Amino acid sequence: MRLYFEKRKTSSKIVLICVPIISLVISLILTGFLLLVFGVNPLATFSAMFNGAFGSSQNFAETLVKAVPLMLTGLGVSIAFRLRFWNIGAEGQLVLGGVAATWVALFASPYIPAFLLLPSVLLAGALAGAAWAGVPALLKTRLQVDETLTTLMLNYVAILIAEGLFYGAWRDPGGMGFPGTARFPQAAWLPRIYGRVHYGLVFALILAVVLWFFIYHTKWGFELHMIGKNRTAANYLGVNIKRTILVSILISGAFSGLAGASEVAGLARRLQEGLIQGYGYTAIIVAWMAQLNPFASIAAAILMAALLVGGDQVQMMMRLPSAVGLVMQGMILFPLLAGSLFSEYRLRISRTRGEETP
Amino acid sequence: MMLLVQSIIAITIRAGTSLVYATIGEIYTERTGVLNLGLEGMMLMGAVTAFAVAYHTGSLVLSLLVAMSMGLVLSAIHAFLCITMRANQVVSGLSITLFGTGMASFLGQRLGPAENSFYLVGLTSVRFNRIAVPFLSDIPILGALFNQDIMTYGMYILIPLAWFYMFKTKHGLNLRSVGESPHTADAMGISVTKTRYLFTIVGGMFVSLGGAHLSLSYTPGWTENITGGRGWIVIALVIFSMWNPARAIYGALLFGGINAIQFRLQIAGAAIPAPVLNMFPYLATIAVLVLVTWLESKGKKRLGAPAALAVSYMREDK
Repeated sequence: MRLYFEKRKTSSKIVLICVPIISLVISLILTGFLLLVFGVNPLATFSAMFNGAFGSSQNFAETLVKAVPLMLTGLGVSIAFRLRFWNIGAEGQLVLGGVAATWVALFASPYIPAFLLLPSVLLAGALAGAAWAGVPALLKTRLQVDETLTTLMLNYVAILIAEGLFYGAWRDPGGMGFPGTARFPQAAWLPRIYGRVHYGLVFALILAVVLWFFIYHTKWGFELHMIGKNRTAANYLGVNIKRTILVSILISGAFSGLAGASEVAGLARRLQEGLIQGYGYTAIIVAWMAQLNPFASIAAAILMAALLVGGDQVQMMMRLPSAVGLVMQGMILFPLLAGSLFSEYRLRISRTRGEETP
Repeated sequence: MMLLVQSIIAITIRAGTSLVYATIGEIYTERTGVLNLGLEGMMLMGAVTAFAVAYHTGSLVLSLLVAMSMGLVLSAIHAFLCITMRANQVVSGLSITLFGTGMASFLGQRLGPAENSFYLVGLTSVRFNRIAVPFLSDIPILGALFNQDIMTYGMYILIPLAWFYMFKTKHGLNLRSVGESPHTADAMGISVTKTRYLFTIVGGMFVSLGGAHLSLSYTPGWTENITGGRGWIVIALVIFSMWNPARAIYGALLFGGINAIQFRLQIAGAAIPAPVLNMFPYLATIAVLVLVTWLESKGKKRLGAPAALAVSYMREDK
């Protein structure tokens, strides 16, 4: 007798729904156990986290503030992942989007009419994100250079560019030693809806619907699907693979660039350290958790943001390390990753001995 | 001038030690076809536990053993998820980093003594001191290589050993063949699963040792984010060394050296902004990657990335 995995003909819907729920339960148990070991009451901690993230409209607003960049980058990353193009450069694309938006808001604003300033700021961010993603896309399609590694390396270059600017050339001389650029002119501010939640949330929701439509109801969406599933077949069907990859990755980068632009224009209204939070990495997890589905990405972004905000609250209320949020993120992901196998494969027990490979 | 060069070499080697340990670990992991992006988390866990053990027991040996066991546990999780459960390696690695970063920060505020309200920050413990090798450390300039701590001397031995094992032994050949062509390796009777498990875990242990060097020698003590992104730099170094342990030293010298030179330039008030200098290694890494890929497409000879890197293996689907 032995155990083996057999590939399912179609991926199982029940598993897709059950695995996340079971993962959340396992994560609560494991984290709870860890807290007990260190003499902390797990139930009190979890309820404080939940209250911190969802307990009042103000707290929920903070969760949304953190969720918006995760939504936008998560949606962007999911486009690339459909093609099996492992873009892990959302962080760099976001940061460079913020840099380009800042340049327009601070240095090009005298030449742009006020009503066009904000659209230009956002557009510049999206374009910069696209360009930053375009480099690895070109290297991949022209020279077959591995995109996982190039996108990762470019994150550091983008972060160093941003730091170089707000610590150096663009630093606000009136900033009292605080590293960051001067504040944007008011015409470049992205308005806020409630609390600190800015219109980036609306962009994210609209783009999720648009993306859903394009992915499931257009030729482009079908081509993405084909290229991701079976490149040879896509080639036979006459899909221009290289061009589709390039265009899709540019769009993927534009989403992250827009995330960066709306962060600088909607939150700090200046370029500063706060932009670099690792959202681009969490975005990968968001996209993966959502199985690349745009609507599920929105929900996954809120969950990940809630854990971060909940962690911060636990630190303030219970004097526990805010890192509890990160630990829980990891604890949810491990069973989720392990469970992902069961949507594609089923566990079989074979009773025959000897020649066992089916 | 000679003293300046000597001190730059000394700082470079010291800054490079943790990088070399981690790079060699990751090279072994990647050579079997497993990409582990959890390095930052594993280094942080190595650093925090090594320091906590050194503080409470005063035993450096025990510190290193505990740090290595952290690498063992985290990389075993990664191995289980990626090899047995065939999970996405990028996502699994990022999860290890999230978890390790969070856990290290949590432990850093819980493993300290009660009088420091359980924080580890701001404490001092036993650490690796520099030991000058008689005579050798008196050589001008190169003497800097022989006035280092034990872990650095260990690195001098590790580099040739790791190279020899990988390229000159049968086991090394087997592990490389698993990363190049798992189906062929399987057909030749090599267990793909066992090989990948073994070297993912061994690699993880070396990565955590790199972390331990930070908290026990390079910047003794525990501070949040003590690695400062070194776990990610190592990913670049693996590419830069083209998956060869012998070349791991070049990349470490490049990154470590830039640290050292930058420090000197700042003192001298030079005009090159630090970010431009810091960008150079990443751009150089991309250039190496492009060059290697281009050369491979011309010559058909494999120079770099294992062909099955980040591809999971299951015998049934071919």
